[in-house]
Amino acid sequence: MADQEVTLMKGNEAIAHAAIRCGCDGYFGYPITPQSEVLETLAAQKPWETTGMVVLQAESEVASINMVYGGAASGKKVMTSSSSPGISLMQEGISYMAGAELPALIVNVMRGGPGLGTIQPSQSDYFQACKGGGHGDYHLIVLAPSSVQEMADFVDLAFELAFRYRNPAMILADGAIGQMMEKVMLPPFKPRRTEEQIIKECPWATTGRVGGRNPNIITSLELRSEEMEIINNNIQKKYRKCEEKEVRFEEYLLDDAEYAIMAFGSAARVAKKSIDNARAEGIKVGLLRPITLWPFPTKEVQRIASKVKGILSVEFNAGQMVEDIRLAVGGGIPVQHFGRLGGIIPDPDEVVEALKRMF
Amino acid sequence: MTREEIIEKGQVVYKKPTLLNDVPMHYCPGCSHGVVHKLVADVIEEMGMTEKAIAISPVGCAVFAYKYIDVDWQEAAHGRAPALASAVKRLWPDRLVFTYQGDGDLACIGTAETIHALNRAENITIIFINNAIYGMTGGQMAPTTLLGMKTATCPYGREVSLHGYPLHITELAAQLDGTCYVTRQAVHTVAAINRTKKAIRKAFEYSMQGKGSNLVEVVSTCNSGWKMSPEKANKWMEENMFAYYHLGDLKDNGIDSK
Repeated sequence: MADQEVTLMKGNEAIAHAAIRCGCDGYFGYPITPQSEVLETLAAQKPWETTGMVVLQAESEVASINMVYGGAASGKKVMTSSSSPGISLMQEGISYMAGAELPALIVNVMRGGPGLGTIQPSQSDYFQACKGGGHGDYHLIVLAPSSVQEMADFVDLAFELAFRYRNPAMILADGAIGQMMEKVMLPPFKPRRTEEQIIKECPWATTGRVGGRNPNIITSLELRSEEMEIINNNIQKKYRKCEEKEVRFEEYLLDDAEYAIMAFGSAARVAKKSIDNARAEGIKVGLLRPITLWPFPTKEVQRIASKVKGILSVEFNAGQMVEDIRLAVGGGIPVQHFGRLGGIIPDPDEVVEALKRMF
Repeated sequence: MTREEIIEKGQVVYKKPTLLNDVPMHYCPGCSHGVVHKLVADVIEEMGMTEKAIAISPVGCAVFAYKYIDVDWQEAAHGRAPALASAVKRLWPDRLVFTYQGDGDLACIGTAETIHALNRAENITIIFINNAIYGMTGGQMAPTTLLGMKTATCPYGREVSLHGYPLHITELAAQLDGTCYVTRQAVHTVAAINRTKKAIRKAFEYSMQGKGSNLVEVVSTCNSGWKMSPEKANKWMEENMFAYYHLGDLKDNGIDSK
């Protein structure tokens, strides 16, 4: 595929192509619907023959995430992808990576739960992605794509943020974005970093004591409470900086809006159509779409809340992001939630009805 | 007189490897870990691999191995070391990559990672300390605990009807097509220590020659967990552990493929 050519593909395929093009060093994954095309596309593309990227099907999601831990700890640009139940299995490893401050990309193409649930799209892992997910005080940097184009674009962005903050980043997509085909312009080819570049750019990484340097130790363990508190405080400091600098969002028709809908990912696609339909009926409503779910666009929510009469959070879940909106708004205006569960994608008119009913 | 003056050149018959850090170890007196650490440090140094070694430590007594052997280390989650090692070796093929794990880590919670890394013929070495008990957490039953052996979680002795059989993980590993060299050694005598050192060296060399995965089990004592003196623990090991876990090479495909 030539550079800068518009092609038609699935979101999952876009993730795979973008990974190869952005100089990813290794992918480790395990099949699960609805994201298996990521590994399948990588296997078909054979990037080990072109860019030298390692692709390995692991024995489980537990092994996948720990392979990612090992690769990231050695300074390489590594990633995995899975869907909700598989991401649950990875939580221990993700917590270890946050604790050891390792950069990596985890893609969650969400399906409905709890348990084995359904293979249909859902957004019910918002809490898990944005509130830590595993044990201990930590956050992931969470990007929510709402198009196949963003699936492709966010791979490189997620790696950039992960390495900037030495923290795992997650692309939180869902089965709809993963499976649907859209036009996409793939990112241009970027070479993988050389070993010399990695050693220079990641002086903390376990690359072997090249040049006789002192040993590097990657660990999340510290038995002395006083030291462990310092480590935690430093991680929190990093999160505050990330909250300050990395918030990303998109706005749609908010300038004259009397009501705001907030939605991310696929739900934002539905919401845009709902907003067009509502405006045709004379209801002035606009959209605030968080692109980074963590850090959450708290300030922007507060700015919008000072201008509108109410906010409706539209999510494919029982009401998760709505909690963060309420925290940001702090009670000044009503904040309501509308969602469908179990893998059902709401009709745009259902959302308009909910808007009319609730405000 | 300085130490250098006392020890004249050529008179040295034994010395601490420079890769073994000058820090007090947390291991109990009589424990086998210290000896095996020394051997690993020796072999890395002798092979000239100090700048190329990337080691993975487990959860268990050897969790702090990174404090003692002066190379790059990654500390893994419980049982996951072979997964980390698989990725590191594939991403850095010219590095010496090995894990150092105990029986609970390797043969219980990490069984899947162990079997699959070995069977994928990852060019790594797993050093496996089998003392038939969970040492770090205070002496609970391990997958390799012998029948009749008393631990904190089988205080009346391991019974088949309650706990099943001890796991022959090393015999299992030898059956896998991906393994090149599988051996079971010990460090209770000088001769045994020398054999273990040779085994570690062979395993490391095979891994660097790309011959597949290697497993070096070291049947060890845990005198604290076993509630015995170091001397008695060694004797108990010889009489009981060796009867179930026979010493020697289980597989050596490296020679044939030379």
